[in-house]
Amino acid sequence: MNQPVRVKTLKIDDRDVSGREDETILEVARQNGIFIPTLCHLEGLTSIGACRLCLVEVKGVSRLLPACVTRVEEGMEVYTQSERLQKYRRMVLELIFSERNHICSVCVVNGNCELQSMAQTLGMTHVSVPYRFPRLPVDASHERFVVDHNRCILCTRCVRVCDEIEGAHTWDVMGRGIDSRVITDLNQPWGESETCTSCGKCVSVCPTGALFEKGKPVTERLKRRQSLSYLAMMREGRR
Amino acid sequence: MNKKRIATVWLDGCSGCHMSFLDMDERLIELFQQADLVYSPLVDPKEFPENVDITLVEGAVSSEEDLHKIQMVRANTKILVAFGDCAVTGNVPSMRNPFGVNAVLQRAYLENVTLYPQVPREVIPALCERVRPVHEVVKVDVFIPGCPPSAEAIYLALTDLLAGRIPDTAKLTRFGA
Repeated sequence: MNQPVRVKTLKIDDRDVSGREDETILEVARQNGIFIPTLCHLEGLTSIGACRLCLVEVKGVSRLLPACVTRVEEGMEVYTQSERLQKYRRMVLELIFSERNHICSVCVVNGNCELQSMAQTLGMTHVSVPYRFPRLPVDASHERFVVDHNRCILCTRCVRVCDEIEGAHTWDVMGRGIDSRVITDLNQPWGESETCTSCGKCVSVCPTGALFEKGKPVTERLKRRQSLSYLAMMREGRR
Repeated sequence: MNKKRIATVWLDGCSGCHMSFLDMDERLIELFQQADLVYSPLVDPKEFPENVDITLVEGAVSSEEDLHKIQMVRANTKILVAFGDCAVTGNVPSMRNPFGVNAVLQRAYLENVTLYPQVPREVIPALCERVRPVHEVVKVDVFIPGCPPSAEAIYLALTDLLAGRIPDTAKLTRFGA
């Protein structure tokens, strides 16, 4: 036990930086104030590299690597802002927007949505692929919360927070590819879930308007995403 | 000085973008010293003219009339601007797409009508099967998202366009703004 922590030195965007060997490119970049966009990543939860917004170029590696799940290595040369990456990131966003019905103007989190603000940050002003306009359900059977599949981007933050922090594992994912959908328990109405503790952590971490609390005006639907790293820290401290 | 020719068009939208356009207030006077408003719901001419430099299109393409209009507008416009979320994304008008046009007609003209319920087949333009953003129908040169875009965003975008620059509209506005 207690092996000495090794430090790796590497370059991100031609800047010399260093990080612990168990840290990811994303963590080291953020410590150094280098912006890499993310949607599925959330501090305090396991990273899964699902949204592909954090893709970076690493010299000598032909494919793009997701920064949130790639560990730093000695001598690595990472590029985060190339023209190609910016194009791909906008493309990822466009595909997310086209996949479901994201009508920002009438959304419960208009002005408080990570997808909406990411589009602006990355300069995505329109969706160049045709919208799919799928017909998707809204489940309002829970007494306090609603899941609107029209706004879900399948980041699975709800699944992870419910499993890793709350320990209930009410949420999971059903189906494959374009038919994937988040479900409660064995795909039964949320209000009939036997495992849900109604803690609301899933609602707090949802980046969009897919999960929201009933009966609150839009301006009060501020998500409390930052509380999570505190919870995770406290839990680890107890161990 | 050679004045630029500006037009605005209103397809399937609520006219909120045009209201926001009017909210430029006294800056309208400044803008229209460099340009003429040659066609718009806000001015008289009934026919879309030729050789328009900049056309702002509010609204999504929802009906046969919209379809016809936008093609004619595109053919006579140098820089076509998708003006507001309906033109850029389909926005609220596109919310009927998951249900299909028949469900909408049924609801509006049959279920909710007590006297002679019937779906209109004349005078009112036929609805397209799908509501589409403008760039799915014709080429669009500039996108100004927002529901509606603020008067400030419209002003800055138009100032750039009149000066011959393409505005970086992501810095000015966003979807749902």
